[in-house]
Order: sequence, then C-alpha cells, then structure tokens
Amino acid sequence: MALDSAGLTIDDVDAVVFGSAPDAFDGIHMKGENVLDGCGGVGKPYTRVYTGGGTGVFSPIAAYWHVASGMFDCVLVVNEEKMSSCQPHAQSVFGYIWDPILDRPLKPNLVWIFAMEMNRYMTVHGIRYEDIAAVAVKNKRNAVAHPCAQLADANITVDDVKNSEMMAWPVRRLDISPPSDGASALVIASEDFVRKRKVESPVWFGGVGWCIDTTMWTDRDLYFPEYLARASKMAYKQARIDRPREQIDFAEPYDPFDYKELHHMEGLLLCGKGEAPVLTRQGVTQRDGDLPTCPSGGLLGVGNPIAATMGIKVGELYWQLSGQAGKRQIPHEIHTGVTNAWGDLMQFSSVVVMRA
Amino acid sequence: MDPSDELDAAAATRITAIPVGRSPFIANGLPQLGAQSLRVGIIGIGVVPFRPATPEYSWKEIMYEGASRAYADAGVDPREDVGSFITCAEDYWEGFGIFDEFTPDQLGAVLRPACTVTGDGIQGLAQGVMQIQAGLAEVVAVEAHSKVSDLLTYEGVVRHAMDPIWNKPLGGSPYYLAGLEMEAYLRAAKLSERDCAAVVAKNRQNAMTNERAAHGLKLDPEDVLASPPISTPLKELDVAPLADTAVVLVLAAEPRARKLSSEPVWIRGIGWSSDSPWLETRSWTNAKYAEDAAKMAYRLAKVRAPAKEIDVAEVDDKFSYKEPQHLEALGLSRKGSTAKAIREGTFGLGGTLPVNASGGSLGCGNVIEASGLHRVAEVALQLRGHAGRNQVNGARTGLAASWRGLPTATGAVAVLGVGK
Repeated sequence: MALDSAGLTIDDVDAVVFGSAPDAFDGIHMKGENVLDGCGGVGKPYTRVYTGGGTGVFSPIAAYWHVASGMFDCVLVVNEEKMSSCQPHAQSVFGYIWDPILDRPLKPNLVWIFAMEMNRYMTVHGIRYEDIAAVAVKNKRNAVAHPCAQLADANITVDDVKNSEMMAWPVRRLDISPPSDGASALVIASEDFVRKRKVESPVWFGGVGWCIDTTMWTDRDLYFPEYLARASKMAYKQARIDRPREQIDFAEPYDPFDYKELHHMEGLLLCGKGEAPVLTRQGVTQRDGDLPTCPSGGLLGVGNPIAATMGIKVGELYWQLSGQAGKRQIPHEIHTGVTNAWGDLMQFSSVVVMRA
Repeated sequence: MDPSDELDAAAATRITAIPVGRSPFIANGLPQLGAQSLRVGIIGIGVVPFRPATPEYSWKEIMYEGASRAYADAGVDPREDVGSFITCAEDYWEGFGIFDEFTPDQLGAVLRPACTVTGDGIQGLAQGVMQIQAGLAEVVAVEAHSKVSDLLTYEGVVRHAMDPIWNKPLGGSPYYLAGLEMEAYLRAAKLSERDCAAVVAKNRQNAMTNERAAHGLKLDPEDVLASPPISTPLKELDVAPLADTAVVLVLAAEPRARKLSSEPVWIRGIGWSSDSPWLETRSWTNAKYAEDAAKMAYRLAKVRAPAKEIDVAEVDDKFSYKEPQHLEALGLSRKGSTAKAIREGTFGLGGTLPVNASGGSLGCGNVIEASGLHRVAEVALQLRGHAGRNQVNGARTGLAASWRGLPTATGAVAVLGVGK
C-alpha cells in the first residue's frame, strides 16, 4: 500500500529497514531474517533496528539516515507486530525483559511498573486522576474517524474510564491501550528522487533524535522523562526549533497509557512540567484546540501493535501535514508536527519532527 | 486519496521525503559528505581476547572491557565525545526480551543516543557510517559481542531461527544445512574436501600467533579429514569452534578522525545484502549475499579489480568451505581456479593475497554477531601495522566480509584503506 500510494514499485526501492519488538512474540530467533522477503528485502541491503517500544518512531529515523547519508535514494520501512500469537496474553513475553537478578524474581509486569510511574507523576505534581482519564476519553473519541481503530468510542466518558476494572492502582483497564496485531510501511526518499519521480504531496523531515537512559530504572526519578527531553532537543536543534510550544502546531506523542501522553508532552517540551493535564482540561489538546494532540486517536483508541504504531504516529504526521487525514483532519492550518515513541524499560525515546 | 476510504487493515500508506541538501547539520558547517565518497575513519579498536569461556566476566562486564579498550585506543571520553552508540545483538542469543534495555550503562551511553541493530557487526558498522555521513553524529561507537559460552543450547537457538513450519520440525542438528551446502558448493566449484581441510589447517595455524585467538592449533589437513563426520561431507574440524569476546570500534567523521588519531583507517566502502530467507529458493552454490554486498562496497570504494587492489582479506569462515565460497563471491578468487590457488598457498600468510591472517573464525573462534566487527578490527590492525607476528607487509587496502551464520543468507562487506 505504501508503494502504491507513492506510485512506486519494489524495484524503485534501494534498501529496506524493518522494525519489530521482541522476537518472542513470533517465537522465532532472528525474526528480521525470517520476514525479510515479506518486507521486499531479498537481494537488497536490509537492516532491522530495535529499540523496544521505541522502534515505531525509530525505524523511520534509521531510514532517514540511509537517505540523508547520500547512500540511498529511496528506502522502504516496514514495521510489524503480531501479539495475538501469545496465549493467553502478550504480557507473558514481557516476563523476559527484566534484569535477571534484581527484577525477575519479583515477577513484575509492565502494568505494575507503569502504575508506579503514573503514581509518581501524579504525586509530584498533585494531578487528579480525572485529568489523566480525560486523555483516554479524548483519544478514544478521536479514533472514531480512524479506519484501523480497535477501541474507538464516540460516547465514552471519564466515569467510564474511572469505573473500569482496576489493574494496578491507579491504572484502570481503560487507561491502557490494547494488545494489537498490525503492520505499517513508509517510503522515505531524497529530495532529488521526489522531484524526478514527481511524487505528490511529500512531507519533509525536520529533525530526528533519540536517547536512552540507564537500565537501572529504580535509580531514576520517574516523574519526568529526561531521555525524551534530550531526544527532543536533538531533533529540535536540527529543525531549528527553539520555542517548541509556539513553533509546533500539533503532536502525536506515544500514548500506550493515558498518563504517557501527558508525560510525553512535557518531555517533548511542549509545556512545563506538570502542565500537560491543565492543557488537556482546558481543551487545548482537542483536535480543534490550539495544540491538537493525538488527532489519530493514538494507541489508546486505535491500538498498540508496538512497532507498527509507526502507522499511527509518523503516519498521522504525514496524513495531517499533507491534508489527507479525512475526517481526522485538524480544521486549522498546520505546518509542523512532532511525534515520539517510548521503549525499552521506561528509558528510551525516539523523536521525529516533520513539516509540510 | 482519503486514507479513511482506502485502509482496510492496520497497514498504512505514505510517502515521505527528506530534504538532504537542507539538513541544518550540513548547513551549520559540518562537512558535506558526497554520496560516492565515504569520509569516515576508524579511530579506536577494542577487542577482548577470545576465549572458549569467560566465567570471570558477565555479559555486561565483557562489553565494558571491549568498550574501555576502544575508548582508550581512540583517546575519547564516551560521555563527552561519542555522539551515538550502536550495539549488534539478538534477543535469543542474549536470553532477554528487548536486549537494547541492557546496553547503555557499560558503554558509557547513559542519556545519549543509542540503539540496537539486530545484525552482524558490519551491518551495525554500516549504520554508524550512515549516521556520520548524514551529519547526525561526528563520533560513533559500534559494539558487538559474544557470550555464547552462557548458552546451554547453542544448536537449539540456531534451529529456532529456522522457518517454524517448513524447516524447524525436521529436527536434528542445524549443521545439516552446512553439510548440504558444502556438498552443493564443492561439486559446483570443483573443490575437494582436502582443499577445505587445507583452509582449516591454514587458519588454525595463523591463530597460533594471534594473541586475540582462542583456537590456534597445529594441524595437518589429514587430521581434519580424519575428524568425525557431522553431516557429510562436513566434519567436526570443518566447523569453527565457539568463543566469547566483545569488540568495539570507534568511528569519526574525517576532520575529527584526523584530529583524534594519527593513523585513522578509512572506511572506503561498505555494503550489505540478504538473499532469500527460504532454504528452498536461495542460491546454494554461490554466496549471492556476499556478491551483492561486495558490489555495493566496491562501488563506494571505487574498487574495480578486487583481486589486484585488495592486499589483505578477512572473510567469514564459520565453516571451512565458506572461505573459498566467499572468496569467489567477493571476486577475490576466480571461479574454477580456487582449488589451484589453495594448493599453491595464494591465501597463506606469505601468499599473494593473505586471507584470514588473523586465524579467522576457525582459528580465533565463532563469536556470532561479533564475527564481522572482529574481522574489520583485524584488517584495521593490519593496515595500521599493528598485527604483530601475523603482519602482512605493506598492506594498504583490506577487506572484511561477514556472514550471519546458519540459517541466514545475509552478509556484509567493508573495504578499508590507509593513506590519502
């Protein structure tokens, strides 16, 4: 579909980048090798990059450096996740992402540690639960207009979220995005290639950044994602953005949990620490607000096929900036968007700034 | 197109383009590095000497050791000078989900740009070269390691990479794939088992004088021929024994490389490619991936007659027959005359094209994803004149070629040079 929409075929592609989260989802060692024919990688330079949940916005960054290095004109990025093969639940695969001595014997799971992070964030800033649940409501409503949406709901309310099953206090079931299957693809090409092939409505990379924090998550203050702030600064420097709140028109922060959208807005330097819930309450982050946030419906509304969320994140920047978002289109003029993904053990972020 | 109408599944479509010429990094005065001329140098080399087992190191400590050696060699502080870190690793080799989590601390990469490439070390090296060419970083550290001695079920992990429906259920040791390929290749290339045995004897002999090698041994080809069969014609001594190591290379953009190092080794060309992942549809006699990867690397390095222009080569030899198979695919040995060249000692330490002077995987040890990066390090040491008793005199241009091992058909090639 990506090649069709660009009017290209696999023969036009010089190299392929693949992204996917743990191999254990597919139960195959070297899964990048196993799927390379499906990605069009046979007989081509093919690479899989891997930064856990951050892969969704990281593999497009890898494709960016393929082209920006001058070594390739046209690169296909394919991201895939198939979580439904894991029975009874994909969470079982996450049993192997912990330090084998310090963490694993405690049998932690992701909902527990994210509950700790959410609690820390709420406690430091005195944030009310309802202001966080409002993010889930907004995104699930936004997702109504998304053709891939798994959990869209036009009528959901904060009370629905608050009254859903308690998973690990303060996290309720509807605070979390669902496990999903999915695949997405992008074509990334040089300026020359776009001109020569007369590709319609390209959207341009403004800047890219990525950053990792220490493995020892227990040594970090979880209330603020410093690694994201650093990744953002790297991307903003390239994009010559020094006042992100004014120069960025909309955002697609990674939202596997509702508090993560707020956390990431702060890490993306789109507002001060602890201010994101206020902006949400004021309606600033609604699709027609001053800083539309997750107009796609995000992971909360569309779904969370980990690496394949590239289609919801970088994909939404493309559709919004090229005016092709249909019913999801932000009603006012936009020029610059930012997105991020979040991965590893609450320690990694990748950031992409794009411009029309 | 309104995607709302077009999309029927969770697949998405878009075209995005990059204004390379407008990249602010380039405008801000970093060198504009032309497409056809790579300007990236290796300024730091760290190799933990190979050993069959390293009980005194954890996997984190062996990475730290490799990184410390490379940073000391380059004279850089990772927390100040290194702009990006790349680790080459696979979850199942490591015994983790998302191994990327466990990489930053021991590399000095905390709160810095870092990522994992699930590939061979030369594939990781290629990403570092592109990051520098794209102006995203001036100095990049590339790491790959093997703590394969921690694996109780090495063959089981290899088998776990085979297609789960068509191939894996056949069971058995995955080495039967190498036995089949060896048979097909020897017939097609008119090589004998004795020629492969000579390769083993040469490489293990070379390893005797390489301080980084784990499996140096004085062997006669007869010993190899007499070793127990694994999957005919593959015999026990045709297989590279496993080893542990960590290898780290520090790369830098040309001006920084000249400032930081008195003897940068330039990456003149790099290429990587994959043939079909299906056993049933790939080329069995010819290493197509190596041929394609070499084509790319030679184009970038402007190498036209590789057999004449390359002074020293390190090519993958995880199995004995892989060395001649790769030499032919790389254009370093003419198809049909490889057997003669082996018999004449062309690829020996004193030959006209020394191949695997380090001892290769057969002599140093198979260090899985670190194999390619290690061979780049060995070529770089040769070009610096630091290869000790295995030094090839006057080497100015060298080549390293990798293969990811069974059951893949993926490989990468780097062409290195010193001087202008």
